[in-house]
Amino acid sequence: MIRVEDLSVRLGGRDVLDRVDLDVPRGEWLAVIGPNGAGKSTLLKAVMGVLDHRGQVVVGDRPGSSLKPRERARLVAYAPQTPALPPDMTVFDYALLGRTPYIPYLGRESRRDREITAGVLARLGLTAFAARRVGELSGGERQRVVLARALAQQAPVLLLDEPTTALDLGHQQQVLELVDRLRTADGLTVITTLHDLTLAGQYADTLLLLAGGRSVARGAPAEVLTGALVGEHFEARVMIEPGPGGRPVVHLVRGRT
Amino acid sequence: MLAEQAAGAHAEPVPAAQVRPARARPLWLAGALLLLAAVMIAGLLGGAADISPWQVVLQVADWLPFVSADAGLTPVEQGLLYELRLPRVLLAAVVGGLLAMAGAGYQGVFRNPLADPYLLGAAAGAGLMTTVAVVLLPGSALTTPVAAFAGAVGGVFLAYALGNAAGRTGGTATLVLAGVAVTSFLTAIQTFVQQLGVEELRRVYSWILGDVSGGWDQVRLVLPYAAVAVAVLMAHGRMLDVLAVGDEEAGSLGVRAARVRLVVLLAASLATASAVAVSGLIGFVGIVVPHVARLLAGGSYRSVLPLSLIGGAAFLVLADLLARTVIAPAELPIGVVTMFVGAPFFVAVLRMRRGVAT
Repeated sequence: MIRVEDLSVRLGGRDVLDRVDLDVPRGEWLAVIGPNGAGKSTLLKAVMGVLDHRGQVVVGDRPGSSLKPRERARLVAYAPQTPALPPDMTVFDYALLGRTPYIPYLGRESRRDREITAGVLARLGLTAFAARRVGELSGGERQRVVLARALAQQAPVLLLDEPTTALDLGHQQQVLELVDRLRTADGLTVITTLHDLTLAGQYADTLLLLAGGRSVARGAPAEVLTGALVGEHFEARVMIEPGPGGRPVVHLVRGRT
Repeated sequence: MLAEQAAGAHAEPVPAAQVRPARARPLWLAGALLLLAAVMIAGLLGGAADISPWQVVLQVADWLPFVSADAGLTPVEQGLLYELRLPRVLLAAVVGGLLAMAGAGYQGVFRNPLADPYLLGAAAGAGLMTTVAVVLLPGSALTTPVAAFAGAVGGVFLAYALGNAAGRTGGTATLVLAGVAVTSFLTAIQTFVQQLGVEELRRVYSWILGDVSGGWDQVRLVLPYAAVAVAVLMAHGRMLDVLAVGDEEAGSLGVRAARVRLVVLLAASLATASAVAVSGLIGFVGIVVPHVARLLAGGSYRSVLPLSLIGGAAFLVLADLLARTVIAPAELPIGVVTMFVGAPFFVAVLRMRRGVAT
């Protein structure tokens, strides 16, 4: 569904991403992992097309370079790590922004746009929040509202940058379960960055390990989450054991003194 | 807890009747228009003790096409109203509406609540070019507005170019800082030019503090520019709401943020320039009015822009009325009145926004 070939990004004279490849089939979930500064967020932005980059991004069967911004936004939806939430905007109006790629430049939302938005809010259990201001929401609610905006785009590919940041354990699980259900129900293709390796291993079909802007490992969770790879690239001492469903669980090991 | 709603295939669309997107509510618009009408009647009346408000209303009705009403005014009184008061009130209304809308537009473009025509080099550019026109080409009234227009657009674009050159990563704050730098620089040149032509100083000074007594000529001069600027700004309310999530996210929604920003910037600069050209420098309207609109009717630009247009008009007509009456028979420059209200307001906004990154 989405394919990336030889993707490189230079920012401030530095190669933030260096010839990264990936290929996510329709309906699959790819989690991008890696230490801080590995280029995870940059990768998502480049795939979204909001960053200058070299290399190819192919969405469906269309090369990204041939897509107009509006067309691209109907195919790929993106929720940033730290979304700019206009505090005065209502939840409904914020989610309605997701319909932007369907509205003519100087036009206004149609009834259908409003219905789709209301449907998405209902689906995420946010109907009661529709009239609330975005600035008044808790962290977990906010994350769902951002997700609602992305879903209102009705794009087959969903890019989520650290969707669990700043959420407690229960809310992390809630958001990821939700994404997983939406993926199964709608056949969405999902790419997330996740800093929590165990979570990444639990939910994703495939992991991509980035380090220093390069792709250093790609494969099923059990292939990527090995003591050797994680130890080397995160400079961490970890113990990895099989968890639920045979998916690996990563534990930190306290250093010997 | 949200598993139930989320499970299953695509939910049925929910009727959108009960959720209303942000838009200017008719009630607010009607209220603002009523206020504007009342203030304009008061402005027409201002000071003339032997004319009643009702006579003014009748007289205004009589001026309208296809309406005839007898207000019982003497020809002299009619002439006073038509030749002096009416153009003055209209000019104040148009200028106020333009400045408030330009302020709202700049605030949307820069995502900065303190953005204002006077912060971004527009006023300084207009001031410089007007001074140049007055000093170098004395006696040609027509060149003044044209020069001010060129100066205002030049000032903003200088700030825009500088802000871009200083770095894309700095975001909108860089642009505002660039505007401040441009303002200081242009003001320095302006003072220099001004001192070269000392005998013209009085004219420049009266213009610098604002003046809406230009008469019908000025009203006719400003209207075409005003119409274009207002139409373009009004059309971009929704786009400004999209820009509120930042360039990158707007880009992910398929919006070319830089292009929208440029169009709105041009329109807001046109509004500023045409206002400055016919009325001089009247500060703070662009900050006060959009903020009040936002407090009353919410932050969406789809309501802030139309309410700023109407509210700005009412605000400046009122300010002009005060300027004419507080030390009558002498007159205060209108800019003094708006600054007197606006400066404390500016500080209040600054305090409210303390800690909020811009």
